[in-house]
Amino acid sequence: MRRLLEVKGLKAGYGPTHVLHGLDFMVEEGGVTALLGANGAGKTTTLRAVCGMVRTEGEIRFQDEQLNGRATEDIARRGIAHVPDGRGTFMELTVEENFRLGAYIRNDKQVQSDFDRMCDWFPRLKQRWKQQAGTLSGGEQQMLAVARALLLRPKLLLLDEPSFGLAPLIVQEIFGIMRRIRDESGVGILLVEQNANLALELADLAYLLETGRIVMSGRAAEIRQDEAIRRSYLGY
Amino acid sequence: MDGFAHQIIAGIATGGIYASVALAIVMIYQATHHVNFAQGEMATLSTFIAWSMVNAGMPYWVAFFGTILVSFIIGVLVERLLMRPVANAPVLTHVGVFIGLLLIVGNMTGWIFGYTTKVFPTPFTSDQPLFGGLVSAHELGSTAVTLTVLILVWAFFRFTKLGLAMRAAAYNPRSSRLVGIRVGWMLALGWGLAAAIGAVAGMMVAPVVFLDPTMMLGILLYAFAGALLGGIDNPMGAVLGGFAVGVLENLAGAYVVGTELKLTVALAIIIGVLVVRPSGLFGRVVFSRV
Repeated sequence: MRRLLEVKGLKAGYGPTHVLHGLDFMVEEGGVTALLGANGAGKTTTLRAVCGMVRTEGEIRFQDEQLNGRATEDIARRGIAHVPDGRGTFMELTVEENFRLGAYIRNDKQVQSDFDRMCDWFPRLKQRWKQQAGTLSGGEQQMLAVARALLLRPKLLLLDEPSFGLAPLIVQEIFGIMRRIRDESGVGILLVEQNANLALELADLAYLLETGRIVMSGRAAEIRQDEAIRRSYLGY
Repeated sequence: MDGFAHQIIAGIATGGIYASVALAIVMIYQATHHVNFAQGEMATLSTFIAWSMVNAGMPYWVAFFGTILVSFIIGVLVERLLMRPVANAPVLTHVGVFIGLLLIVGNMTGWIFGYTTKVFPTPFTSDQPLFGGLVSAHELGSTAVTLTVLILVWAFFRFTKLGLAMRAAAYNPRSSRLVGIRVGWMLALGWGLAAAIGAVAGMMVAPVVFLDPTMMLGILLYAFAGALLGGIDNPMGAVLGGFAVGVLENLAGAYVVGTELKLTVALAIIIGVLVVRPSGLFGRVVFSRV
């Protein structure tokens, strides 16, 4: 399979503090890559590095183009949508306005039909169409964040802990949608998740991070089978 | 009774001027979440530019729209050259820049154009008295101009993609970048629009108060009171607030405190609003779940 995103020797940090010490990983075209690891392992920083929100060293290639040093808005315009931790929703604006902003860079005719599709996938957002996003429940906000990101028509979707702080039923619903994205849309996904079980079910490739280094990687299906890895690294 | 009606109408007319300056303040606030103290000085400079154009023999409306364009460009340049380098600095740095800008623009205007008071023309004239002499043609015309600007600004923020992107950039710059909005340019655009609206306000006020480099000093305070009263994040509220302050100021000046203490009305309104209802009459109270 062709590589959509390829990262080599990625280092990043905040000010003098280094958080990532040389990561190598990739996302295949239309594939799902999961980054697993405990708090503080550097998962969120990795996503921030890919979309230019922190200073980086190393190589980030997206569809044979270097992303290093580009501005976040230019990276978004190349087709990378990021659902950051804290969701990146525009709390002060309505659901509709969040949708319109999601499709901000697009000028094609299919924006409206994409709106309809997202309302079909997330019927609850349609009910809240004119409501201020800050008044939605946590689950609805996460759905809005995913919808907003998909409306960019990305080639690569970065998801930072979509299950964080949500009730199990809502988590099921959101992962159901992600399966749908994987199967129906051909969008590549880079998924950061603490819930290893859920993430490995969805992913093709998985990498385990510990304090800014990759300590283990491989096909998600194989990692799930390997009881020793599961016990020692993933704790289930 | 006739005197009372006249006070109210005169109040609405001056209120129209406060309303348009208040609108300019709200514009910058919408785009950057800061209040630009130099707004009045920039508007005065714009009015002097218009005065030069008219004096050079240009027809009024050519000078009017020419000034709007030049002011827009000045606003964009101020953001790019002065605000940009301190974009990530703490808020006090911005306040410092605003005060510096106020002093520099104000004194530069005086230095270039001189401190003598000048007559500025109005495009609105009438042969017969309007409404039994209660209101002048200029008062009527400038109120209409203010309302037109308000409708344009409101429609811009409400219906256009660019207007939505500007609001988004002000609320949440980080998320705005993630959807591909060029946040830096949105701020510059906000400054440009505010300078253009300020220019309109300056050109409407100058025929009434006469043109000199300190023309906007008191007006800015009233406008700020109006913006706060209406809600600093609501263009429509700011305009209504501007009109309300104009009427209140006029009535209080005529019947309560006398003309010398009129300015205290503005201060009383500012303090009253901040104590009783900080979001203003029409400001949006933002909810967020935690």
